[in-house]
Amino acid sequence: MFDLERWQEIFDTIRKNKLRTFLTGLSVASGIFILVILLGFGQGMQNGIAKEFEQDAATSVWVWPGVTTIEYKGMNPGRPIQLRNENYEFAAVLLEDQIENKSPRLFVRNSFVNYGNESLAYNVQGVSHQFQFIENEFISQGRFLNQQDEDTKAKVAIISNKINREVFKELESPVGEFLDISGISFKIVGVYGDIGGEREEDRIYIPISTAQQVFNGADKLNNLSYTLPPAEDFEAAVAQSIKFKNDLKSYLQKAHTVAPDDTSAIQIYNPMEEAKRFYSLMGGIKFFFWFVGVCTIIAGIVGVSNIMLIVVKERTREIGIRKALGAKPWSIVGMILHEAIFITAIAGFSGLILSMGLLEIVGPHVEVDYILNPSVNFNVALTTVFVLIFAGAIAGFFPAWRAAKIHVIEALRDE
Amino acid sequence: MIQIKDLHKSYKMGKNSLHVLKGINFNVEEGELVAIMGSSGSGKSTLLNILGMLDELDEGSYTLDGVPIKNLNETKAAQYRNKFLGFVFQSFNLINYKSAAENVALPLYYQKVPRKERQEKALKYLAQVGLKEWANHLPSELSGGQKQRVAIARAMAAEPKVLLADEPTGALDSTTSYEVMDLIQKINDQGNTILIVTHEPDIADMCKRIVHLKDGVIIEDKKIEQVRAAKYV
Repeated sequence: MFDLERWQEIFDTIRKNKLRTFLTGLSVASGIFILVILLGFGQGMQNGIAKEFEQDAATSVWVWPGVTTIEYKGMNPGRPIQLRNENYEFAAVLLEDQIENKSPRLFVRNSFVNYGNESLAYNVQGVSHQFQFIENEFISQGRFLNQQDEDTKAKVAIISNKINREVFKELESPVGEFLDISGISFKIVGVYGDIGGEREEDRIYIPISTAQQVFNGADKLNNLSYTLPPAEDFEAAVAQSIKFKNDLKSYLQKAHTVAPDDTSAIQIYNPMEEAKRFYSLMGGIKFFFWFVGVCTIIAGIVGVSNIMLIVVKERTREIGIRKALGAKPWSIVGMILHEAIFITAIAGFSGLILSMGLLEIVGPHVEVDYILNPSVNFNVALTTVFVLIFAGAIAGFFPAWRAAKIHVIEALRDE
Repeated sequence: MIQIKDLHKSYKMGKNSLHVLKGINFNVEEGELVAIMGSSGSGKSTLLNILGMLDELDEGSYTLDGVPIKNLNETKAAQYRNKFLGFVFQSFNLINYKSAAENVALPLYYQKVPRKERQEKALKYLAQVGLKEWANHLPSELSGGQKQRVAIARAMAAEPKVLLADEPTGALDSTTSYEVMDLIQKINDQGNTILIVTHEPDIADMCKRIVHLKDGVIIEDKKIEQVRAAKYV
C-alpha cells in the first residue's frame, strides 16, 4: 500500500487510461452523491415536521365542542354542546394526575379594543395563567397572568410583541398602559411572544374569570386545553396522550349526554397522535430514501466490478507480458486492486465533498413546507464512502484474481 | 546451462490425449546460439514454453543453471522467470501505453530495482540496440524492427541466463529480420546463451547449432558454421 513504486506504476496506468478511469469514478461519485442528497432531504423533512409541531407544546390536548349528530337517550341530533366551568373543574379533579397544565378559554366576541383614540383589531381571549405553557408563549416584558388575577378578577391584559410593535412603538414599554376593551379599562402587565411566529400573536389575553364576568360569559367556556406531564419516551408520551384523550372524551360525553360514537359533538385534537402519524410516515420515507440510496450504491459497486472485469479483459495481454517478465500473482492482484481502491476512494470522496458542499450551501436556503435545513450526518456519509471502497475492493478482487491466474501462453497467443 | 532428460508432454483434448513431446534429450552450454526448427505441430513451441517455465512438463527432468525446475508454484516460477529468462516474442508484446524506455525497465521493476537505476539501465540497453533516441516513444510510433529491438532490450535488461526467442523474425521483412539477427548475434558474441525457435532456414543458419524437431522427437542436432547477418545488412 505504501510502496512508492506501486503508486508510480498506478499513476502511470491511470494517466494513460483517462476515459476508463473517469467513467469508473463517475459511477462511484454519482452513487455517493445521490445517497448523500437523499439522506440530506430525509433529514430535512424530519426537521421540517419537527418544526411544524413546535408551535404548541408537543404534549398539548385541545377540546372544543360542536353539535351532536346522533340521537341519544331521547335527545335529538343537532343539539349544540356548551362547555361550562363545572366541566373544566370536574375534569381537572377527575384526571388530576394526568395533567400538567390546564386552561379553559373564552373568546370575547364583538369586543372593541381601543388605545387612546386608536381602534385596534385584535382578538380578546380569557385564559388561565397556565395557558402560557400550553401555547408555548414566552414573556418579553412584564409577566403573564397569575392565579391572583383570576381570583380577584383583575382587569389586566397581556399583549404580544406584534401588538407592542404595531401600537406602542413610541413608548419604551407598554407595561402600565391602559387598554379600553368594550368600554372597560384593562392594565397591560406583560408582553408575550409565540414560538410559532407572528400569526399566533394576534391575541390579547385577559384572566378567564374577568372575561366571564365582564363580558357576560356566565360560566360558559369555548375551549379547554391541557398539557400532559413529560413521559419517558415518545411511545409512552403517545400512549399517555391517547389515554388522556379517551378519558376526557368519555367524561365530557357522559356529562353532556352525547352518544359515545358521536365524533362531532366533542372534538379533541391531540398533536401527539398526529405527530406519531407523521413520524411513522417520516420513518417510511427515510427508509425509502435509504433503500434508494443503497440501491444506487450497489449499482455503483456493480459498475466498478463490471469495469474491473473489462479492464482485466482488456489488459489480458499486458498481464500476460508482465507475468512473462516475472510478475508474481499477488503483484498482479495488488496492482489491479490498488488501482480499483484508489479510483473508488478518490471518486467516493469527491462525491461526498460535492454533495456535502451542495447541502451546506443550498440547505439553509430551502424554503419549502415540511423541509427544513436538509443536512446529513458526516459520520454516516463517511462510513458509506468506506463501505463503498471496501465493496469496490471486493468487487475488484475477483476479476483481479482471475487476472493473476491468466495463462501466459494463452494471454500472449496471437489472435 | 540447460539439461533436459527424457522430456514428455501431452495435452488433453477432450477424451483424446495429444502426445506432443515424446522423450526429448538435449543440453545447451553457456554461450550457445541454438535454433530449434520444425514444422508447425512438431512441438517446438511446447518445448519453448516448458523451457520458459510457462508450462509444466509431464515426465522427465529440466535443470536450468544447476537448478531443477520442478513443481514450481506460480510465485516461484515468476521469480525464476524474472531471474533466469528473457523472452522475445514474434508479436513483440510491448505494453502499448508505456514508452520504449518504460517497457525495457519493466522486468527491473519486478526485480525491485529502484526507479532511477531502472531508468539508467533501460537507456543503456536501448542504446545497445541503437534506439536511445526513441526512448520516449510509444510502441505505436516505432516500426516493426524497432519494436523487436525494444523487446530484445527488454529481455536483456533483466540480465537473464538464457534468452528465449519465439519466431523473433516471424513478423518482419527479410532486411529487418537480418538486422534483428545481427543484434542477436552480437548479444551472443558477448557470451549470452540464446535459444531461437524458427521455421525459416536462413535464420537458423545464422545460429551456431540447429536442433530439428519432428513429431515430438529430435531428429537432427548439429553444429553449423554460423552465417553472419551483418553482411546482409
